[in-house]
Amino acid sequence: MTASRLAIEVSDLRVAYGTKEVLHGISFDVKENEIFAIIGPAQSGKTSLLRCLNRTIDQVAEASVTGTVKIDGLDVRRVKDVFALRRKVGMVAPLPVGLPLTIFDNVAFAPRCAGMKARGELEAIVERCLRQAALWDEVKDRLGSLGTALSGGQQQRLTIARALSHDPEILCLDEFSIAIDPVTTMRIEDVLKELQSRVTIILVTNLVQQARRLADRTMFLWNGDIVEVGSTDVVFSDNPADRRTYGYVNGIFG
Amino acid sequence: MGAPRPQRPKASIAIERIIEFVIRLSGVSAVFFVAAIFFFIFREAVPVLWDPDFDFAEFLFSKEWYPTSVNNVRYGTFALTIGTLSVTGVAIVLAVPFGLGAAIFISEFCSPKIKETLKIVIELLAAIPSVVWGFIGLTVMSKLIVSVTGTAVGVNLLNGGFILALMSVPVIVSIGEDALKAVPDSYREAALALGATRWETVFRVLLPAAKNGLLAAVLLGVGRAVGETMAVLMATGHAVQIPHGLLDSVRTLTANVAAELGEAPAGSSHYRVLFLTGVLLFAITLVVNVAADLAVRGIRRK
Repeated sequence: MTASRLAIEVSDLRVAYGTKEVLHGISFDVKENEIFAIIGPAQSGKTSLLRCLNRTIDQVAEASVTGTVKIDGLDVRRVKDVFALRRKVGMVAPLPVGLPLTIFDNVAFAPRCAGMKARGELEAIVERCLRQAALWDEVKDRLGSLGTALSGGQQQRLTIARALSHDPEILCLDEFSIAIDPVTTMRIEDVLKELQSRVTIILVTNLVQQARRLADRTMFLWNGDIVEVGSTDVVFSDNPADRRTYGYVNGIFG
Repeated sequence: MGAPRPQRPKASIAIERIIEFVIRLSGVSAVFFVAAIFFFIFREAVPVLWDPDFDFAEFLFSKEWYPTSVNNVRYGTFALTIGTLSVTGVAIVLAVPFGLGAAIFISEFCSPKIKETLKIVIELLAAIPSVVWGFIGLTVMSKLIVSVTGTAVGVNLLNGGFILALMSVPVIVSIGEDALKAVPDSYREAALALGATRWETVFRVLLPAAKNGLLAAVLLGVGRAVGETMAVLMATGHAVQIPHGLLDSVRTLTANVAAELGEAPAGSSHYRVLFLTGVLLFAITLVVNVAADLAVRGIRRK
């Protein structure tokens, strides 16, 4: 096994909203260029975890966070330029959110925020990202129309293109297939496999089979605790380390 | 055949019909009232159009307004129209940036505590009767303008515009804030996740997303300014002239009607011309509304 670098190191991470703790001190690592799946039922703390990675949890007034999250060895809470951190971590939300801008402006949003102005460069980025998200052929003739006018599946691929536009080192997808059909889901899964050579992918999913298809390693999160984290082959085998994992991935677990 | 399906009682159906009728009536009545207002104003105004001494072009384009002159009666409202437009213009220039700025601040930047306080204060501001505003214009603002600019008369275009701006700001703030509040939080989250600062989020995402509502806010503010009577009557100086600067006194269409209708004998030409002025105000409001409607549609199409 090659000793790959760690992209993310989480140790003893606790998140509480008011008095309700939703993550009870979890620790795990994500290696560079792996697809790391996080599975678990609703309310297990998956989205809160993602919010800690790009510090959008800062926007939730009543949230309190302890423990450390390191990205590239740097503690995210010590990062001075949180906006640069957020560009390093691409985030795709569960429901597709086409911003009320044109398709072009949607994808060019983050580069523009980072200060890029030259039309030529922006055009190149928009085309590259839309191609990577398997959307280019469908929208190349109407980049000037509203992103919100696209279909659900197209908007989801638009958000993926947008998340790629700032050249992230880590791409987080939070239940990206919740609003799209199986065919589009498969296309995006193919896209993710291609992207793996360039970015580290965190895939939060309710579809356990999706984790099985894509992930190198899988973490099973339940009620704010890690039940098991390990190679996907083991997690999905007949003999995972924890019996609850077997129950959950086989759908016989409450 | 199973058991008979449960039937809604007849009384309940009857009540349903009555409620539906009442609701329909209140909807239709709005149209009826507008039509009735149109009808009565036109009925009072129209006979003057056949008066041999009355010239419609003069009414619109002459700046000579001598309704009570003994031997040279002139009904030219051009200076009054310019008065209305200029006071409204000054008010918009002052009120729109402040109003939208305050709406953005309240909706996006301030803490919940300050937000509550500000909203209450702004609602209070909206509740001040216009005659009180006029009084402030006549006394406080007027003295302030005289002492700052050294002009002879403090009741003028600037004073009226300022007072109107203060009256329009609460309207723009409360409607603008509603428009911003209606933008889904997912837009804010998406923009922040892309590395946008709060300002970038406001300018690049929230303003485009809320532009229809914000335009509506501005237009309601403008509507308030065009239609306002008492405050401008007191604050603008009431001189029928085309202003050449911010410190000239003006008179608006509305103030003119309010001031003169009591003096004009019912049925006289003067009386009818004042009603015709009402029709003119209607027309101006209509143009503003239609323009706004087209603008909103234009924005939507894009």
